[in-house]
Amino acid sequence: MKSPLLENKRLSYSSIIVIMFIGLIAALICSVVLGRYPISLSELGGILFSQVFDIEPFWTPVQESLFLQHRLPRIILACLVGCCLAAAGAAYQGVFQNPMAAPDILGASSGAAFGAALAILFHMSRSMIVVLAFVCSLATVAVVMYVGHKAHGKRVLGLVLAGIMISSLVSSGTSFIKMVADPEDQLPAITYWLMGSLNGTAPKDVLLALIPMLVGLVPLFLLRWRINILTLGDDEARTLGVNTKHLRAAIIIASTLVTAASVAVSGVIGWVGLVIPHLTRRIVGDNYKYLMPASMLLGAIFLLVVDDLSRNLLATEIPIGILTSFIGAPFFIYLITRDGERL
Amino acid sequence: MSMKIENLCFSYGDHEVLKGINFSAEYGEFLSVLGPNGVGKSTLFRCMLGLLSPTGGGAFIDGKPISSMSAAQLARHIAYIPQSHNPIFNFKIFDVVLMGTTAQTGKFSAPGKKQVHQVEEALKKLGIFHLRDRGYANISGGERQLVLIARAIAQQAKILVMDEPSANLDFGNRIRVMQTVRKLTKEGYCVIQSTHDPDQAYFNSDKILALYGGKVLAWGTPQETISESLISTLYGVDVEVCSMRDDAVRVCVPRKAK
Repeated sequence: MKSPLLENKRLSYSSIIVIMFIGLIAALICSVVLGRYPISLSELGGILFSQVFDIEPFWTPVQESLFLQHRLPRIILACLVGCCLAAAGAAYQGVFQNPMAAPDILGASSGAAFGAALAILFHMSRSMIVVLAFVCSLATVAVVMYVGHKAHGKRVLGLVLAGIMISSLVSSGTSFIKMVADPEDQLPAITYWLMGSLNGTAPKDVLLALIPMLVGLVPLFLLRWRINILTLGDDEARTLGVNTKHLRAAIIIASTLVTAASVAVSGVIGWVGLVIPHLTRRIVGDNYKYLMPASMLLGAIFLLVVDDLSRNLLATEIPIGILTSFIGAPFFIYLITRDGERL
Repeated sequence: MSMKIENLCFSYGDHEVLKGINFSAEYGEFLSVLGPNGVGKSTLFRCMLGLLSPTGGGAFIDGKPISSMSAAQLARHIAYIPQSHNPIFNFKIFDVVLMGTTAQTGKFSAPGKKQVHQVEEALKKLGIFHLRDRGYANISGGERQLVLIARAIAQQAKILVMDEPSANLDFGNRIRVMQTVRKLTKEGYCVIQSTHDPDQAYFNSDKILALYGGKVLAWGTPQETISESLISTLYGVDVEVCSMRDDAVRVCVPRKAK
């Protein structure tokens, strides 16, 4: 299959990934400079170097604290969340042999939403919201996997069906919390959380999310060739010498970990996990050896750019979840209706 | 000695599908398994491939029980060639064949130079090297079947298990695929196929295994086995077996209704 981007220029997939990496660096720099309080490139360089070397500040202390305490953590988190959601989406699509699979296919998002709503209802602190969202997300997926395991018939289908059922069950719990929540302050807070936002990211949040994210991303990256084999289905994969049971479990657990960590810190951000892997498939093909790293990079770039829009487009912040749906859904329609494409 | 099945039994719950199957297949031999729908051909194959654990007896490769082998060890001896199917993702032909070499590499690594070389050799052997950069979804059913055979060759297993390789193929592709498989048995591969076509089985095989009612009804050379009574018993239809070309070909044709 020739990628449309490659028809004229025969770029190798590895060089495309290098270009994406350079694109990410460029997007990072732009994101730091953009914002209501401007930071110039030289000031950015100065603040970064002053962390290691002794430099006379030619920037204001407000700029430094804004950069280190707010903008930098937020930018890092946007990259991490985009990277995680895209990687989890790509992995789930392979494991479930379903191009429509998204990171919340096993109920990770609805679980996190329930946890966050619960924490807001009981007036817990911001970090407790993150922790409870993460725990509830993992618990929901654990229940889904247990039910899927108990279901008769095809394993993969059983898991997906269990995901739909348990998600809906947990969502009704969230609705109940919204009903009993105080409509003056709690209900708006829950609603705002559900829309997804990276607003108010603190350095602590990045560190909190970083550990589960890395624990999940590293195996997804290392096992990426073997995800190819899982797309062939159980029988074929096993006769090719792969222990499908262990491999599938490892990939599902790693994907769940990164999804749970992402939604716990950022709220529900839809579409990234579906649209980015599909876009990446059009660029580097379906081989996970390239698809996985390219999805990770493109996911990071995408969410970073969308978060920049969310910060700068209007005077008030637009929740990033609204923007990703607003951009993601039409873009996906474009992808599937374009001439000469097969889904 | 390559594949040996000893007193193999299998039940789904109370339903006994295979009741003590015995046969063997040598390297360089083409064995065709005949039998009506639902007789347990697929179950037998799944037991041979280690996908199902027999409820009694077992399968042995070079005298070693396959139940004692890991998936990766088994993959070095026996390869499965499924019917050409519609893929969910559109992998490049080269990558599809490269997946055959997975058992040779570590869990965390992709196939390397040696495996790439094996894939090139396998593609050349089957005459589909020119397809290597095409998408698996964009080639014909006959070509897909050849790609799946190439994958088994790249896997470097010597026993190839094929599930109705000629199903879903047009007349020309059916003959081409069978000729390719025949050539492989001449090179020392052991090929075990299931088929619904007794004529094709007679023409291509060294041995025929006929399954009926969960048991082996006949096992032997095509000349010994393919007969009017066998086909009538297996499929419940009245046929006449016509011999052509000094008995190099036998054709089963339905008898005219009286």
